[in-house]
Amino acid sequence: MSAARERVLANIRTALNRTGPLADSVTAVLDARLENPRANVKPAVDGEVVQQFLSKLESVHGAVVRVATMEKVSEAVDAHLQQNALSPELVVAPDPLLEDIPWSNRFAIERRAAKGDDRVSVTAAFAGIAETGTLVLLSGAESPTTLNFLPEDHIVVLKVERIVTHMEDAWARLRKERAKMPRTVNLITGPSKTADVEQTIQEGAHGPRRLRVILVG
Amino acid sequence: MQSRAHEFKQRSATALLDPELKRAMGKAKGGFQQKRRNAVDALPEFEALRQAAREIKEHTLHNLDFYLERYERAVQSAGGQVHWASTTQEAREIILEICRNAGAKRVTKGKSMVGEEMGINEALEQAGFEPVETDLGEYIIQLAKEPPSHIIAPAVHKTKDQITDLFHAHHQKYGLTDRVTEVPAIVNEARTVLREKFLSAEVGITGANFLIAETGSSIIVTNEGNGDLTNTLPRVHIVTAGIEKVVPTLEDVSTILRLLARSATGQEMSVYTTLSTGPKRKEDLDGPGEYHVVLLDNGRSQMLGNEFHEMLRCIRCGACMNHCPVYQSVGGHAYGWVYPGPMGSVLTPLMVGLDKSFDLPNACTLNGRCKEVCPMSIPLPDMLRKLRQRGHEQRLTPFRARAALGLWAYFAKRPRLYQLATRLGMAVLGSLGKRRGRFRRLPFAGGWTDARDLPAPQGVTFQTAFRKRGSQK
Ligand code: SF4
Repeated sequence: MSAARERVLANIRTALNRTGPLADSVTAVLDARLENPRANVKPAVDGEVVQQFLSKLESVHGAVVRVATMEKVSEAVDAHLQQNALSPELVVAPDPLLEDIPWSNRFAIERRAAKGDDRVSVTAAFAGIAETGTLVLLSGAESPTTLNFLPEDHIVVLKVERIVTHMEDAWARLRKERAKMPRTVNLITGPSKTADVEQTIQEGAHGPRRLRVILVG
Repeated sequence: MQSRAHEFKQRSATALLDPELKRAMGKAKGGFQQKRRNAVDALPEFEALRQAAREIKEHTLHNLDFYLERYERAVQSAGGQVHWASTTQEAREIILEICRNAGAKRVTKGKSMVGEEMGINEALEQAGFEPVETDLGEYIIQLAKEPPSHIIAPAVHKTKDQITDLFHAHHQKYGLTDRVTEVPAIVNEARTVLREKFLSAEVGITGANFLIAETGSSIIVTNEGNGDLTNTLPRVHIVTAGIEKVVPTLEDVSTILRLLARSATGQEMSVYTTLSTGPKRKEDLDGPGEYHVVLLDNGRSQMLGNEFHEMLRCIRCGACMNHCPVYQSVGGHAYGWVYPGPMGSVLTPLMVGLDKSFDLPNACTLNGRCKEVCPMSIPLPDMLRKLRQRGHEQRLTPFRARAALGLWAYFAKRPRLYQLATRLGMAVLGSLGKRRGRFRRLPFAGGWTDARDLPAPQGVTFQTAFRKRGSQK
């Protein structure tokens, strides 16, 4: 235990008019609050959640295309590449969800973390939040975080049943489906942008210039 | 960072005469205010969220030692390390030590106000490292060798032309010899230059908007994605955070996040909200091998126990300065330290000393806008008033002001004498100024008449008029 740690904690306790740590009876109550997290105020989300998700995402300049099945993802990716005159080289996250896609043999595909000059990545989202049009991506062996930031075009595959209403719902799913917090949780709401030059909004600051969501289902 | 808050008067006087600053600030102000207004109007639950956020923070601060210890434990069980620092000096030493152990040369940085507090860039440079700011605004002012002038828009005082000149001067060494004059080209050039730095840095330092006790996560909120490249690519990730940043759970942070971006930039969510928990896992394909958190006190625990403890609810959104007429006129640099505007005028005296920043609490019109827009309901004007009072008690007020107040108090305590004196004074001023109706200059009132005329009093004193109205009823 460092001296600074003891000093800071002692100062805090003095400031709170205490001489030592909280009594066990009090910490038990606080621990219960930590173990059973409760939502506070959740804003009303109007209308149907998928519609809400789509319109929020579009309002922050995320492009969305909806396809019926996983079989159609390859086509949707191809359309994005053609539309933006990109060569058919993809870095795809080694995610089981994406392995199942019958990729067109037009693509040159690598499955790995990103490098500095990758142009297009394809990853899978853990969830979508309708409230704000936000994507939730988790790091892991199957989803390297660099794929979300280094390439110029980031294509995210999201299954429609993964759309939740509020941020709190995404946390509930995370606790249920994962034994522990991944190293990184990315909440992504639109393509990278900056307003640091005279408050003029410019997309493609350091992260992806374009964010394309392929909604499946 | 070295404080120059004691120079507020000179610096603000100079700032008021700077046409470039005026242009830059004029462009920013309306945008910030309007965007916030729209975002708040679009969310009927804003007030309820504000109330909830206040309660969450008060609850946490009230049990701060507990939540910090729980947070620390959670970080450790995720494989990270927590370092405590009471002073900025201690914090700097911890960070330098980590960089040395990492064999670092280049250190990329995400925006961190706590990093500014501890002057980490200067310390890194002196120790032979190359610190590189990666937020575009921070990068611009690093090139200009200036401190930030706003807590979320650090280069808000710079015009596009000034940025063009800076890039032209500093980027030729990378073979980028064309002058870039338009916003897209400017942003692109920064992207190109910084990409190389991101990929070669050994250590990345970010701040933290929140720390979560439940999970041991640190959160950063950005729009550019620079913070994410800073905390993902290097071998070592260091987080710097004030001890007041902790909140209990993911649910609690969700509540406050709904206020943060709306209050800051008028967005519903910033583009990237990122939770980092420990170093990369065994199976991960990327991410840093080491994860350190440096928790800084620097006067915060003192504030916790005194009449300024509500300031610890601050989430650094910048709304108070975006709505402050004084800040809008003099800009952030006049305040002389890390935090400008209303929140800075409270924090600077508490962190660097009121005797060294005496003018800051006085640089306020008490119009109350900052308190109205503050998402954490911090009573900034009340605090500024208390600091003025403290200054007066510590005899920091200039002699002339103290003498004048003393004289006024003498009369104010003697109502008859006061009435007589005001009536007499008004009669004299009224008849002296009768011809022109105003004064160009008055003895002892140069502070007023240097910049504008003083109207000569007409009619009777307020008290006489008031009494007359009363008797008419
Ligand atoms: S004092 Fe309030 S308005 Fe100002 S930065 Fe802090 S939270 Fe925002």
